[in-house]
Amino acid sequence: MSRLRAVGWLLAKDLRLLRRSPLVTALLIVYPILIAVLIGFALSRGPEKPRVAFVNEIPTEEQASVGGTEFDKAETRAELCGRIECIDAADREEAQRMVADGEVLAALILPADFLERLNSLAGLDPQQPTVEVLVNEEDPVKGQLVDDRIRALITEANLILSQAVSEQAGSYLDLIVDGGSFSVPFLGIGDLEILGLRRSAQILSEIRDSLPASSRLEGLDQVIRFAELARENLKFALPLLGAIAEPIAVDKQVVSGETPSLDAFAIAVAATVTLMFVTVLLVAGSLALEREENAFPRLARGLVSPGLLLAEKLALGIAVSVAVTALMLAGLSAFVAIEWDRLAVIALAIVAGGAGFAAFGAALGGLARDVRASSLLAFMVALPVAFLSLIPSGTVEPGLYTAVEVLRVAFPFAPSLEVMSAGLEGAGSIWPPLLNLAAIVLIYAGLARFGMRRFA
Amino acid sequence: MASARDQAPGALSAAAEGEVVIEARSLRKRFGNREALRDVSFEARAGELLAIIGPNGAGKTTLLSILAGIRSPDEGTLSRTREEIGWVPQQAALYRKLTVEENLRLFARLEAVADVESTVAEMLEQTGLADRRGDQVGTLSGGNQQRVNIAIGLLARPAVLLLDEPSSGLDPRQRERLWQFVLALSDAGTSVIFSTHYIQEAERYGDRLLVLADGERVFDGTPSDLHAAVPDSRSDDFESAFVRFLRERGH
Ligand SMILES: Nc1ncnc2c1ncn2[C@@H]1O[C@H](COP(=O)(O)OP(=O)(O)O)[C@@H](O)[C@H]1O
Ligand SMILES: [Mg+2]
Repeated sequence: MSRLRAVGWLLAKDLRLLRRSPLVTALLIVYPILIAVLIGFALSRGPEKPRVAFVNEIPTEEQASVGGTEFDKAETRAELCGRIECIDAADREEAQRMVADGEVLAALILPADFLERLNSLAGLDPQQPTVEVLVNEEDPVKGQLVDDRIRALITEANLILSQAVSEQAGSYLDLIVDGGSFSVPFLGIGDLEILGLRRSAQILSEIRDSLPASSRLEGLDQVIRFAELARENLKFALPLLGAIAEPIAVDKQVVSGETPSLDAFAIAVAATVTLMFVTVLLVAGSLALEREENAFPRLARGLVSPGLLLAEKLALGIAVSVAVTALMLAGLSAFVAIEWDRLAVIALAIVAGGAGFAAFGAALGGLARDVRASSLLAFMVALPVAFLSLIPSGTVEPGLYTAVEVLRVAFPFAPSLEVMSAGLEGAGSIWPPLLNLAAIVLIYAGLARFGMRRFA
Repeated sequence: MASARDQAPGALSAAAEGEVVIEARSLRKRFGNREALRDVSFEARAGELLAIIGPNGAGKTTLLSILAGIRSPDEGTLSRTREEIGWVPQQAALYRKLTVEENLRLFARLEAVADVESTVAEMLEQTGLADRRGDQVGTLSGGNQQRVNIAIGLLARPAVLLLDEPSSGLDPRQRERLWQFVLALSDAGTSVIFSTHYIQEAERYGDRLLVLADGERVFDGTPSDLHAAVPDSRSDDFESAFVRFLRERGH
């Protein structure tokens, strides 16, 4: 009880010091700017060439030609891989694994019947070819990135194909309307002479006119009218065919990861970055101040144990986290919808994230031992960690990405972002990042306690 | 050379005859392979002013920190727990952004003083800082900061007060006022153990001197005993006699 009161007195003292510190004013101005910049970067960022696994299930001897336009496969691949970095995958399973492991941003699979279907487009029984896209949408930023790149590629391919298809389809129509010669090489059918509707109508009219009026067949007039009508109508079919804008369909499958909407994700990033700067700087500075003011030995002399002082700093960090994040979310709710019915989870996320950052800040403060050094250290460590934690898998070298993943587990940013996403959007399970944060609190509090051994 | 106490007849003998309030036995402390304290023993009595003197690095701060309970000795025993001892560190341990009153109140609360407000008022009175109570400590002069620093050490009304170089950094007038304050405490029965590197100060205000050199206790007695222990030093001033004393013992 008296220990709890001691924590209370120290908390009141720290809050009073906070009000009198120009650092706070600076923080409150600097951090929203930083957040805006960070989020701006995160949302607009994108690597020049995303890594995409490429699986070609088409038998190698098959040729692609649409309406006589040959598609050079090597050239097509070169064109494709000029825009993305193609990583050849042996088969579908390997591609799936690469996507799941984050080695690549996505996988593009050309199914075995792709060319067959592509060739059929210009034929009389067209079947739409489909490419499969496997993506790993761990975060919406990455999801957006994949969507944009793949969509751009497919759109371009579709544009070329639809031209070829409509040209070919157009020539079939011309054939039907005007007549001419036609061949089907696969079936061994040589030059077939096609009569055409125009000629059919003419011939029929001539036949009718040459027949004596009495022997005119009842149906003949109808056939002639049909041929004329068909010819007129099919003239309009050509431009309609040109409107087939998407000969190739995309079948997108998400391999792993759930996608919170971008808005909620942006809010979660904003909340986490806010939490990070305010809490880390504050707790690091506050703990270092105890040493800088020489107050620590006096406190540690039986009044407040180092462990209790550390607990007080964590409590300070959590209290300020809750206040600042709640304020920020309340402000943001003016612009975006925040699902307040998940308030309990949001609160849990803020407290857990706040605790993680507070412990991290305490470790910095404990090791730096003076306020300026600890603030500098907090900026120098927290900023890059936040940036690196936002890197989507597949956009960097696999080796580098492993380092990023270690970073994500070892620092409170990524798990805080995950619990925040879980709170704000209900995306993903809250338990793994919560456990991660619990481990982070223990480890960094231990580090802080170790640093405090040199305070006296 | 007369001790300040000799001018108050009876004070010295009263201190010498007072009960032993703290006793240290065979204290040892190492930092790595450096011996900061080697087998140091002494005792202090109620109302006594005990001066710890010695060159820089002699172990004065180490000894006071052990008495204060900030560091634990590698060997040796202490007769009192740290709760009964007030400690005033060499550098002011105060929150500079808090006012005088806020600092006193915070530490009074943490010390679990019975009546916080009256204790704070009393300390403000005693230190003569009542009219500066609302000033942030960082805006005070060094002398006034040191007074607040000492006042915090006195909040729990300890039987023994430890002062580590309390007068360093103060001008002569501030030093004079500081010592008037400390003498009044001692007259009221508090044992004061202080370290200083102003030898004249130790001679003037110390009832007894404890001389440390290289972590060893090389002298324990009154200033006149020390003077007497140096042959042919009657004509020297106390500081010269002290330097000769150390030199003759190889320090
Ligand atoms: N925390 C420490 N770590 C290592 N050595 C120390 C430490 N504190 C003091 N010392 C060493 O112990 C010796 C005594 O120091 P100290 O008690 O501060 O001397 P004084 O106060 O008499 O000047 C010195 O040699 C000093 O360098
Ligand atoms: Mg010292």
